[in-house]
Amino acid sequence: MRLPHFLRLVTGQLPEDNPFGIVAEFDNPGALMHAAEAVRKAGYRAFDVHSPFPIHGMDEAMGVRRTILPFLVLGGGLTGCVGALAMQIWMMAYDYPLVISGKPLMSIPAYIPVTFELTILLSGFAAVGSMLFLNFLPMLYHPLFKHEAFRKATDNAFFLSIEARDKQFDVEGTRSLLESIGGRNITLLEP
Amino acid sequence: MRPEAQVDYRLKGSHPQLVWRVLLALAIASLVLGLVFSFAGADDSEAWRQFKFSYVTSYACYLSLSLGALFFVLIQHSCNARWSVTVRRVSEAIMMNMGLMLVLLVPILFWLPDLYHWADAEHVAHDALLQQKAPYLNIPFFLIRMGLYFVIWIGLSTYLYNRSVRQDETGDYGLTQAMRRISPVGLILFSLSLTYFAFDLLMSLDAHWYSTIFGVYYFSGAFMGALAFMILICIWVCSTGALGRAINREHFHDLGKLMFGMVVFWAYIAFSQLLLIWMGNIPEETVWYMHRYTGTWKGFSWFLLIGHFILPFLYLLPRSVKRNQALLGIGALWMLAMHYLDMYYLAMPSFTHENVPFNIVDPALFIGMGCLFAAAVVWRLTRRHVVPIRDPYLAESLAFENF
Repeated sequence: MRLPHFLRLVTGQLPEDNPFGIVAEFDNPGALMHAAEAVRKAGYRAFDVHSPFPIHGMDEAMGVRRTILPFLVLGGGLTGCVGALAMQIWMMAYDYPLVISGKPLMSIPAYIPVTFELTILLSGFAAVGSMLFLNFLPMLYHPLFKHEAFRKATDNAFFLSIEARDKQFDVEGTRSLLESIGGRNITLLEP
Repeated sequence: MRPEAQVDYRLKGSHPQLVWRVLLALAIASLVLGLVFSFAGADDSEAWRQFKFSYVTSYACYLSLSLGALFFVLIQHSCNARWSVTVRRVSEAIMMNMGLMLVLLVPILFWLPDLYHWADAEHVAHDALLQQKAPYLNIPFFLIRMGLYFVIWIGLSTYLYNRSVRQDETGDYGLTQAMRRISPVGLILFSLSLTYFAFDLLMSLDAHWYSTIFGVYYFSGAFMGALAFMILICIWVCSTGALGRAINREHFHDLGKLMFGMVVFWAYIAFSQLLLIWMGNIPEETVWYMHRYTGTWKGFSWFLLIGHFILPFLYLLPRSVKRNQALLGIGALWMLAMHYLDMYYLAMPSFTHENVPFNIVDPALFIGMGCLFAAAVVWRLTRRHVVPIRDPYLAESLAFENF
């Protein structure tokens, strides 16, 4: 069975004979942004940038679509809201009817605090869980980590990597593209 | 990013001057119409009494916009906010309407015995509960308290506004520091005075009833209404082209987020008040909700729940709505109308709790006082820069972006 790409990546099951991709270093956030724009315009899709901090405008430069996270959070919130109401109505009015301080069995105001809390709770779970899932986290292995210079990516260096699975990818062509847009330290990554 | 050279952030030319004059004319026309209609009724004394209640409703609505704007300026200074510098002057212009609101308070002071049972000696004479409350609820002390609130509000507003406009000329960082020093103290004074003001003006209309959260309830609507009004004024200022891109969709997005937050906060507070009274089920407390749940008031209460919370919650939820001036403007206009209906819901059942006493006087006063209020804001904006041009954090606010 052929696993989806991200599962092969996180479980270390990438094909041994092909390179994973190619990585280049850039001087500063501005250069990285221009590089991302040039790479996108050259038709590449499977590429990523690595920087120690978020860069304004990078999403547009890379052509990244907006995340679907808000819809997943909305789903979580609605589940919490409907679930909490249904649970309380069923328990309080049907499963174990109990008159409390003379109120009707189905007293919606009394159910609101729990409904509110569960809406928030499941929204929060959905936000964190979906964020991890959409980012393929936790990821225990990534070929980039074998690259010695890449350690600076959390400190003071800016990288752009293009993966070999991209249709446009071709070792020589991609290398010369990265060179032409000012990339340094261009390195082929093993899987 | 530097302030754009070709824009000088002034509302120049005849257009803004015309706008505030037209608003003023509309205000006078509308207020006169309101007066005429209230005397055209068959029973003059009853119509006149309704006019007074309707006046208090509109007054509570517009004063809350100035209060919310004052609060906005205070929190921006308290937390050293930088994104909001370009919208701060608009908020300052709204909070400076406090003086106008003091003038508009004067008629209410003459109408006290008609509006409040506790101010009516005949009524108090056979009302044991109001006799017990007399040490707090009496006319002289009421006047003293009103004076104190306005000293605090006008004092804070003037202090902040004067320093802000002086900085336009001097660019002195010490002025920013002075505004930041006063703001936390101002917040404490503001929250105490606003709480007691809400008790005095609105809660004591039904003097037997009490709710300790009432001040927070009034505040939640006040801040939401102020944000809605700010959004509308910002849209107008942008449309004159005096700003370049100083207030752009990033700032609208944040104002929208705050307004959305306050929509939810209002519902949270309104429900908290309802839940405790519903649970406790004590007649002297539940009567307030009974008055708002009989006759057509029942439908009114439900409309408020849907129109003030559920619909705007869903409408303002998507990011794209908050980043679109036209859509956000529609939302702000709706919320302003809902804020008025919320004040209506607080005040008018004390006039009659049989049915909603909707009358042409209500929109006349709402629109009349609103045009007067807006005219004063526009007039004040034309006199100074629309953006604090030498604020040390202006550049950061101009370059502000949401992720």
